[in-house]
Amino acid sequence: MLEFFWTYIWPPLLMTIHSLAVLVVLLILLAYLLYADRKIWAAVQLRRGPNMVGPWGLFQSFADMLKFVFKEVVIPAGSNKAIYILAPLITSVLAMSSWAVIPAAEGWAVADLNVGILYIFAISSLEVYGVILGGWASNNKYAFLGSLRSAAQMVSYEVSIGFVIVTVLMCAGTLNLTEIVNAQKSSYGLFGWYWLALFPMFVVFFISALAETNRPPFDLPEAESELVAGFMTEYGSTPYLLFMLGEYVAILLMCAMTTILFLGGWLPPFDIAPFNWIPGFFWFLAKFCAVFFMFAMVKAFVPRYRYDQLMRLGWKVFLPLSLAMVVIVAAVLVGFDLAP
Amino acid sequence: MAEHDLRNFLINFGPQHPSAHGVLRMILELDGEVVERADPHIGLLHRGTEKLIENKTYLQAIPYFDRLDYVSPMNQEHAFVLAFEKLLKVDVPIRGQLIRVMYAEIGRILNHLLNVTSMALDVGALTPPLWGYEEREKCMIFYERACGARLHAAYFRPGGVHQDLPDDLINDIEAFCESFPKVLDDLEGLLTDNRIFKQRNVDIAVVSLEEAEAHGFSGVMVRGSGAAWDLRRAQPYECYSDLDFKIPVGKNGDCYDRYLVRMEEMHQSVHIIKQCVERLRQVKGPVSCIDHKISPPSRKEMKRSMEALIHHFKLHTEGFKVPAGEVYSAVEAPKGEFGVYLVSDGSNKPYRCKIRSPGFAHLQAMDFLCKGHMLADVAAVIGTLDIVFGEIDR
Repeated sequence: MLEFFWTYIWPPLLMTIHSLAVLVVLLILLAYLLYADRKIWAAVQLRRGPNMVGPWGLFQSFADMLKFVFKEVVIPAGSNKAIYILAPLITSVLAMSSWAVIPAAEGWAVADLNVGILYIFAISSLEVYGVILGGWASNNKYAFLGSLRSAAQMVSYEVSIGFVIVTVLMCAGTLNLTEIVNAQKSSYGLFGWYWLALFPMFVVFFISALAETNRPPFDLPEAESELVAGFMTEYGSTPYLLFMLGEYVAILLMCAMTTILFLGGWLPPFDIAPFNWIPGFFWFLAKFCAVFFMFAMVKAFVPRYRYDQLMRLGWKVFLPLSLAMVVIVAAVLVGFDLAP
Repeated sequence: MAEHDLRNFLINFGPQHPSAHGVLRMILELDGEVVERADPHIGLLHRGTEKLIENKTYLQAIPYFDRLDYVSPMNQEHAFVLAFEKLLKVDVPIRGQLIRVMYAEIGRILNHLLNVTSMALDVGALTPPLWGYEEREKCMIFYERACGARLHAAYFRPGGVHQDLPDDLINDIEAFCESFPKVLDDLEGLLTDNRIFKQRNVDIAVVSLEEAEAHGFSGVMVRGSGAAWDLRRAQPYECYSDLDFKIPVGKNGDCYDRYLVRMEEMHQSVHIIKQCVERLRQVKGPVSCIDHKISPPSRKEMKRSMEALIHHFKLHTEGFKVPAGEVYSAVEAPKGEFGVYLVSDGSNKPYRCKIRSPGFAHLQAMDFLCKGHMLADVAAVIGTLDIVFGEIDR
């Protein structure tokens, strides 16, 4: 009996506990990063930002969440009801599930997959379905245009993100995220991380990440001045909350990916005291927040691209650039016999 | 395969659309994202201003002009008071003229700030409007300190302005002239050389000079295409001929040039305001004509003099009579040539008051400007046209 418990009950139970722990931490982190996002944005615009709920407005995100949850769900009469409800679920569930493989510190991943990066890539490609289905099911012209744009955008930028990841993989020689971080460990400290060696790719990845997550200047699917609210025009209440949640969790995922692929994950900048006294998780968190800060600042400063300009940037600039880098990196690795 | 009826994607842009700048309703025929036809529908803010004015005395009609283009209220009043002052043949004292010009230029800053920043908002830059509003607020306070109202001023009165400005206010306006160009530079730093902003505006809605004239454009819409046409210079009114200012012109007639022209006009307005401040310190005297058949006597006088009391009573009940005749007077409002065509039958009320609003002429070019551009450019075009529905629908 005991053997049965340890073989069949305990592992899934442990997995569930792990997943729940990740989700709870993630959502609390999300609440405060949302708050930070708004505060940074407000500071740039000479506003004060959220400051009424709780001390310094610290509970604002929770108040917002409660507001959305307690609102009535209005389903448009002409919509396809099942898909209308399904779409935000797809977006948010997929966004959260990709966090299963993210190692926030050595061995902290819920599932330390050998093909972790492929898993993330697969899941984030699926996320576009939520947007397309949501826009289509709303039976609204703005929403429809928004979802069309979104489909084109996500597909275009996924291609260049794919090539960026390929260059990192060639350098690290593994698809496992934990091992990718460990491959960046060197005596050069922070100069040994991939951001310096692969600097153009780091920039391409950051910009593509903005496009992939619909952040300005690539927020075309929900461009307010053109499409009102894009694919979310007809959404409100909890379904809208789920869309927003999915969107922000995807942004956090991209911050985490940047940290892991280019900024050495949980590694301290120099492997000497006092840097290596601080636990790896905090280094991860610090880098993660720094990347998020950049995400937030970009939003405050840039206008929005037009649809054709966005496509041009993706296919005519980033794709050739990242393709060339794949070839160059491969040539260098083979030529100097550096390949792992 | 059976034959299909193909039709373009029709989209109803507005009236509650966030970038419709008020209550513009536009039917857009789209081929994918490309606009095939743009059909603006107006009239959602029609209040019958012209007809209402026919039943009001001249003084009572002034506030209606604040409500036309509510982004720069005093500039509209200016056109109307100039119109009946021409019929009355009254002269405005120089101090009154300076105050009028100064407030007209503050109005221009109010308008251009809102337009430039909201145009940035239309192409997706979220920060400039907030920076702009900070400065607009200061201008609104100047309005408030002069006449008690932030928006609907009713400050320009027959024969001058309602009351004199306190010295503190003049000092504060001068201080604003010092600090404001720095904010303009910050805005320029954010937009002018921004690659994305340029990509969104350069070569969008190009208007050649001939086309601009054919469509009846005025103001920035012609200056952006290269004509140095400015009523302040072409047919000077008030004391503009004594003041030094430049007329910025564009080269290509696209949205970006018009943006640059507006930015430079704000600098020029600051320059004009500075000159007015300078001269207001030297020139003392009445701010309104002393003929009490047209402008009311002071409250102080009213308490003592029977004649003043009678003047006051007559002016604010019956109003003054304007000699029969017709007149067209136009001012260079921030949006273009704002004109008033006035017919008087010799009574105390206008027989007819036709308003020529620049935005109306600009909006009619919507289809011509948008055709072949993408949906996202429609927002940029609406921004560059600088339309406000108060004056278009009247």
